[in-house]
Amino acid sequence: MKSGSNLEKVLAAGHFSVTAECGPPRGADPDIVRKKAAFVKGNVDACNVTDNQTSVVRMSSLAGCLLIKELGVEPLIQMVVRDRNRIALQSDLLGASAMGVRNILCLSGDHQKFGDDPQAKNVFDIDSMQFIHLVRLMRDEGTFPSGKKLEGAPKFFIGCAVNPFADPFEIRVPRLKMKVTAGADFVQTQCIYNMKKFKEYMELAKREGLHEKVKILAGVTPLKSAGMAKFMRKMVAGMDIPEEVIARIAAEPKDKQADKGIEMCIEQIQELKEMEGISGVHVMAIEWEEKLAEIIGGAGLLPRPVVE
Amino acid sequence: MITGTPKPIEEIMEMVEPYDNIILAGCHGCVTVCRVGGEKEVQVLASTLRLAREAGGRTIKIREVSLERQCDPEYVEQMRPYVGDYQAVLSIACGAGIQFLAEKFTTTPLLPGINTGFLGVTERQGEWSERCQGCGDCVLHLTGGICPVTRCAKSLFHGPCGGSVQGICEVDKSVKCGWQLIIDRLKALNQMENYTKFKPFKGWSTARDGGPRRIIREDMI
Repeated sequence: MKSGSNLEKVLAAGHFSVTAECGPPRGADPDIVRKKAAFVKGNVDACNVTDNQTSVVRMSSLAGCLLIKELGVEPLIQMVVRDRNRIALQSDLLGASAMGVRNILCLSGDHQKFGDDPQAKNVFDIDSMQFIHLVRLMRDEGTFPSGKKLEGAPKFFIGCAVNPFADPFEIRVPRLKMKVTAGADFVQTQCIYNMKKFKEYMELAKREGLHEKVKILAGVTPLKSAGMAKFMRKMVAGMDIPEEVIARIAAEPKDKQADKGIEMCIEQIQELKEMEGISGVHVMAIEWEEKLAEIIGGAGLLPRPVVE
Repeated sequence: MITGTPKPIEEIMEMVEPYDNIILAGCHGCVTVCRVGGEKEVQVLASTLRLAREAGGRTIKIREVSLERQCDPEYVEQMRPYVGDYQAVLSIACGAGIQFLAEKFTTTPLLPGINTGFLGVTERQGEWSERCQGCGDCVLHLTGGICPVTRCAKSLFHGPCGGSVQGICEVDKSVKCGWQLIIDRLKALNQMENYTKFKPFKGWSTARDGGPRRIIREDMI
């Protein structure tokens, strides 16, 4: 075991794993996190806590992780390199590990242009690839990049994100390979709607043997409405939602679209479960955490296994 | 070259408000090429200021000057004989030139007439774009001659990020994804092995992060 995290154990035992995410609130109210955590608890092997996603200021991901951990949900800390230089990143890694956070997702982070503070200065001292390398170095070598010894190495199950749908497609799998070589133990993908293209991506990944070197968790997000689908397709860079997916949900009357979205999400998870090389799903029910049990249970993934 | 853009005339009017007798100093270097601070721009700005002042019922005396370069002592010194006769110098050179004048003429207020931009190129008449951030540690031989620090909005060394769509950066529809450009070029050069190589942490100490920089060439001193 590299980290001893629950997620690592579940995956190592060969179970199809489930992760979800909790976005911390835009304020200091811990009860908002606790309320979300209650919907997540028991339904996942670990729960991502996002790090100022879309560059909108929120409660810190480390604080969010500790709040959900108090309630018995295993945290997975997301950390972006947009706001912290290597000094702050290393320091926060040590702090998170000291507080018992055992899973990490290393990200570059959305450009600050998209948030409330487009005038902010960005950092990008190191990039997400180098960040993965940094975490692995600290964990496995027990040293800082300077070579100086750590007083206790941080223990992390190291994750990275990939977007199989961004351009150019041809470097998407080589890029995953680079992340695996840099030290990624698992990967969570961008929301998948275009299953055809995702299968193409997986074929290329399998050809490189990557599915045997890294645990691939396929990202899904239930659509609440046809309107949401159209909005995401238009506004989120690299979000590939095929016309037939939108047509299917749009064919329902407005008050039935949310149910349809959940049904489609469950179907998709079931399909992903059968795909070779997929080790789990990452369910991003954005501001819809109350539906997690229905989705994950509906896909036949409850109760979650307990691995000692 | 170093590029720049004129400051709004209202902002300049506010800066010169306390003065009735100033020097307006242009530069024949980069700012002439990007048409923001050369001899012609000095004439136009001086006329504009005079007219604007007169419209407000006051006059302003402006001495129009254009130095060969405001970043070189030998040319800056040409102003010394008369600079003391004026209340302020409005410079439309780049930030380096303006500061150099301020350093040399310690008792004269210096006013910036332009906003200095970036190290860039002329794409076509009237369009300039950035190419270099002067980070002090060039890697262009590894990246197909396209700078990841400058051309990627996140200065990634292993791009592109997920925000690259059809060669366009998510930050702005008019901005090309630097990493798409790098990949296209590496492919054309048959150097894609450079893409898949892990690039170690960049040392930023040679960039601005190391503090104000200096170059000393012993062979020239």
